[in-house]
Amino acid sequence: MAIDKETVKYVAHLARIELQPDELEKLSGQLHDILGFIDKLSSLDTGQVNPSSHILPLSNVLREDKPADSLSPDKALENAPAKKGNFFSVPRILE
Amino acid sequence: MTELNKLTAHELLERLKDKEITSGDIYSALQKRIKEVDSKVKAYVRLDTLNKLANQRTNEPENELKGLPITIKDNICTQGINTECCSKILQGFCPPYDATVINKLKNAGAEIFPLKANMDEFAFGSSTENSHFGPTHNPWDKACVPGGSSGGSAASVAADEAIWALGSDTGGSIRQPASFCGVVGLKPTYGRVSRYGLIAFASSLDQIGPLAKDVRDCSLLSQVIFGYDPNDSTSVNQDVPDFSKSLTKDIRGLKIGIPGEYFVDGMDAEVKTIIEEAINKLNSLGAVSAKVSLPHTEYAVPVYYIIATAEASSNLARFDGVQYGWRAKSDNLIEMYKKTRGEGFGDEAKRRIILGTFALSHGYYDAYYLRALKVRTLIKQDFDAAFKDFDCIVTPTSPTPAFKIGEKTQDPLKMYLSDIYTISVNLAGIPAISIPCGFTKKGLPVGLQIMAKPFDEAMLFRVAHTFEQNTDWHKSKPKL
Repeated sequence: MAIDKETVKYVAHLARIELQPDELEKLSGQLHDILGFIDKLSSLDTGQVNPSSHILPLSNVLREDKPADSLSPDKALENAPAKKGNFFSVPRILE
Repeated sequence: MTELNKLTAHELLERLKDKEITSGDIYSALQKRIKEVDSKVKAYVRLDTLNKLANQRTNEPENELKGLPITIKDNICTQGINTECCSKILQGFCPPYDATVINKLKNAGAEIFPLKANMDEFAFGSSTENSHFGPTHNPWDKACVPGGSSGGSAASVAADEAIWALGSDTGGSIRQPASFCGVVGLKPTYGRVSRYGLIAFASSLDQIGPLAKDVRDCSLLSQVIFGYDPNDSTSVNQDVPDFSKSLTKDIRGLKIGIPGEYFVDGMDAEVKTIIEEAINKLNSLGAVSAKVSLPHTEYAVPVYYIIATAEASSNLARFDGVQYGWRAKSDNLIEMYKKTRGEGFGDEAKRRIILGTFALSHGYYDAYYLRALKVRTLIKQDFDAAFKDFDCIVTPTSPTPAFKIGEKTQDPLKMYLSDIYTISVNLAGIPAISIPCGFTKKGLPVGLQIMAKPFDEAMLFRVAHTFEQNTDWHKSKPKL
């Protein structure tokens, strides 16, 4: 399957990554080659095969609903680029 | 007297028990060595913290590891020591908590070395060239890469700048650098080691594991870090055997499978000869090798680069400039996200996030992601069938010895193919070890990979230790 520059631009937007024009150019070519290689998978008949999202026979692992210590607000905010009181601070989202 | 930094952990533990030396002596020897050689190797990042943190050492713990220092890859959270995944986007991140493996090490009396090991940004790479801090150099030939992504961990052990180290392995990131640097590296069974506090790359593939100077040290470190952890929902509650009992030096009668699919074009001729000699050695020690088939091997790399990038694109969504690390200046939230991620991630991180986002996006999910999960089942079934007839499988760790710095950076696909022998192990969730098994004419190390059934690391230690104790490859040291 081919991937063109417009698709790469759209997917980069979905991934919230700003690409410079030269990056977009280079990436489009590289992703095209990589997907060409990956297309090898389409030669296999997988109609009767179940998917493995992981290899352990585990599902719905739950823990006991018991309160325990967690990070204090101070600790949790220690690495924040910007904060106000007990909150992470971000650019305004409502006009 | 041999310098202490050159000894193995078990040799040092003997001396510590006899009170011949203190852990402070070891720490000083490492500090001295790093000052002498790390400007050439660059195994460590943020070197300025070495002196600053030296005085914070706790004193001579009585527990089993007795204050022995251990080097940690830059993607495993260490409270109070920066953990940046060698990425600009995590610049300045200092974890407020310890990963479970770090807790276990501290409880066992280990000293967490204050310098962290270099790596490919977010473990995306096979050469440690994708680090925001610049590449690590292979101690055996400084023009070559140390492998990756745990290249700093492997090079620090090989260059005697560390006693032992932790790395992480998503597609070969412990075994391939171990092979390139001539040390021992283990990727444990998926679920064996807690991933809590390991900054996630691909959650269904990632495992933390040891890099060490010999198999005994590797088994010792495994004994400490293995085990169930309620903080990781994919951790498996299964008993950990006493691995010292696996170091038997006896492999008589063991059945060893040699997969024909791993001995194909593209494999370096010298590597092929060295691996064949190693297999002969195992046979001469009483093992019985025979051909086995893993028919879906050729699909492992394409499956991996869909699953690993899809999971990475989801895991790395958290790096958006809000909670930690780098934030770009902007008055608009969406624009802030985009600029932060555009400026903060390196080329390979962008490439993988975009590829993974594409594979999961509407209209492509079935053709790529779902299909890859199905082929993963086929790869797993290949191993299930092989282990019905064989105790372990032996292959090269990598198709070539260490390649030159810069050789593959312009061609990501070529770089991806250097993981061709290690990736299937992660997809199938099985354990595998890489041990030194020879040198090329130019003096570069070659690694032998041994794979076993899920949770049978004991088998790996048994075979690896027997081979090692009947050869001298692990005793060679690079000249620096």
